[in-house]
Amino acid sequence: MMEKVILGRYLPADSIVHRMDPRAKLLFIFVFVLIVFLANNVATYALLGAFTLFIVFSSNVKLRFLIAGLKPVILLILFTFFLHVFFTKEGEVLTQVGFLSIYEGGVIKGIFISLRFFLLILVTSLLTLTTPPISVTDGIESLFGPLKKIKVPVHELALMMSISLRFIPTLLDETDKIMKAQMARGADFTSGSIADRVKAVIPLLIPLFVSAFKRAEELAVAMEARGYKGGQGRTKYRVLAWHVRDTMALLLLAVLAVVLFMLRS
Amino acid sequence: MDIKLREVEYRYAAGTPFERLAITDVSFHIPSGEYMAIIGHTGSGKSTVLQHLNVLLKPLKGEIDIGSRTIAAGRKEKDLKEVRRRVGIVFQFPEHQLFEETVEKDICFGPMNFGVKEEQAKQRARDAIRLVGLPESVLERSPFDLSGGQMRRVAIAGVLAMKPDVLVLDEPTAGLDPRGRLDMMEMFASLQKNNGLTCVLVTHSMEDAARYADKIVMMHKGRVYKTGTPREIFSDRDSLRAIGLDVPETIHFQHLFEEKLGFPLKRLCLTPEELAQEIRDLRGERR
Repeated sequence: MMEKVILGRYLPADSIVHRMDPRAKLLFIFVFVLIVFLANNVATYALLGAFTLFIVFSSNVKLRFLIAGLKPVILLILFTFFLHVFFTKEGEVLTQVGFLSIYEGGVIKGIFISLRFFLLILVTSLLTLTTPPISVTDGIESLFGPLKKIKVPVHELALMMSISLRFIPTLLDETDKIMKAQMARGADFTSGSIADRVKAVIPLLIPLFVSAFKRAEELAVAMEARGYKGGQGRTKYRVLAWHVRDTMALLLLAVLAVVLFMLRS
Repeated sequence: MDIKLREVEYRYAAGTPFERLAITDVSFHIPSGEYMAIIGHTGSGKSTVLQHLNVLLKPLKGEIDIGSRTIAAGRKEKDLKEVRRRVGIVFQFPEHQLFEETVEKDICFGPMNFGVKEEQAKQRARDAIRLVGLPESVLERSPFDLSGGQMRRVAIAGVLAMKPDVLVLDEPTAGLDPRGRLDMMEMFASLQKNNGLTCVLVTHSMEDAARYADKIVMMHKGRVYKTGTPREIFSDRDSLRAIGLDVPETIHFQHLFEEKLGFPLKRLCLTPEELAQEIRDLRGERR
C-alpha cells in the first residue's frame, strides 16, 4: 500500500548521478533550490525545465516512474495552481465563472508557480532516489563539519539522522505486518465513520510503539557492546571522494545561474 | 472447509521498479479436516502463500476457492469478514500484535470484530486461555507484563477464540523452549483430530512436519516443488537436499543405523517412537 510512494526512497542503479559525491549533490540541490526562484518568464522556465529533464535523463531513473511516484504531491501542486488562478487579479479577464473572474495573469502565474514547485520536488526526490541514505548523512556530516569548532554536535546529529532513515523501511514493514495480523482478527481500517477509523488505529499504534521502543533499546545496547562512544577519533568505512565530475556539475549549475540571470525579465 | 489454489501468482510492488515475483503457478488443495505442512527455504514464498488463504493478499493471476467463495485475480473483493473469520492466521511472532490493557480484552478483540456479543466473547476467552495452557487468572493481567512464551500463547488464544474452521500457523513455535514447543504442537494436533479443524502449518522443523502432517507441500523459489505424504517426501532425500532442506533427525538416524546394520528396516520411521518400535521388533525377530 505504501509501495508506490517514492519520496525518500533509494533506487539502486548506476549512472553518473549515482556516482556523484553526496556533498556535491547536496550543494547542487541547495543552489538549485535558490536559482529556481530566478526564473520569471517563459524562456527561463523553459531553460530550467530542459535542465531538469537533462538531470533526470542522466540519472537513469525513468521519468514515467518519477511522475507516477509524485502523484500525492501533484494534488498539492494542482491546489496551488487553482489558488493562483482564482485569486490573482492581473492582466485581462479571460472568463467569468460564477462570481469569480479568471485573469490572464492568474493563469500564467499559476502555471509558473506550479512548474517551480514541480521542478523543485522532482530534483530533490532525485537526490534520495540516487543516493543511499547513509551517503546523504555522510555528506551532511562532512559539509557541516566546520560547525564542530563551535561545539555543534554534528556527528551526533548525523547519526540520529542515519538511524531514523535506516528505520523507516523497518517501521513500514512492521506496520504492514501488524496491520495484516489485526486484519486477520477482523480489524477494518478502511471503512466506517471517522471516529471508527481513529479507534481502529489503536490496535496498530500500540504494538508499533512497543516494538519501536524495544528496538531503540536493543540498538543502544548493541552499540555500546561494540564500544561506540561518539564521533571522537572515529574513522570512516566509506570515505567520500570528490571527483572532477562533481566540480563539473557545480560549474554547470553556475553557468545555468548566470544564463538565467541574463534571460530573466 | 476446503481451500483450493489454482495457478496463483503474486508480485510485490507490482508496476514499480521494486517489483518482485513472490509466487507463481502455485496450485494445491487443502481438503477439509486435513493437517497440511508447507516446507521450504527462507524466501521460497511460504508466507506469501499463507496470506492468500484469508485474502490479505489478492492473487494477481489465478483463483482461490475458500469454502464456497471464489477469489479470482483482477476482481474487487468485498465483504471479506466471513472468510477472515473462518480462516484464522497465527503469524510469525504473534506476540507483537497484542495491544489491549488486559489479556481478556485482547482475546475478545477478534471475536467481537466478527460480531460475537461481549459475554460470549469472554466465555470464549476463558476457553481459549485454557486451551493454550495458561491459568484463567492471566486474563486480568496486562499482556505486556507476561513472559515472551506466555505472550505467544495469549496471541494464539486470540486467534483460537475466533473459532476458525481453518487454522493457519506460520512457525508458531519459533523461539519457544522445547517443552512449550511440544505442548503447543500437541494442542494444535488435538484440535485438528478432535474438533475437525483444518490445519496449515508453515515450518522449518522437518520433525514437526513428519510427525503431524497428513500432506506436505514443498516450496522452492516461489513454486510448488513437490507435494506428497510425509513418507513420500522424506523418502527422497536428494530432492530435499537440492532445495536446501533435509530429512528429519529420526530418518537421518535411521539411515546411519541401516548402514551399520547392512540392510534396511521395513519402513521409513517418521517419529522417534516409531523408530524405537521398529528396532524393538527387529530384536524380537532376531531372538
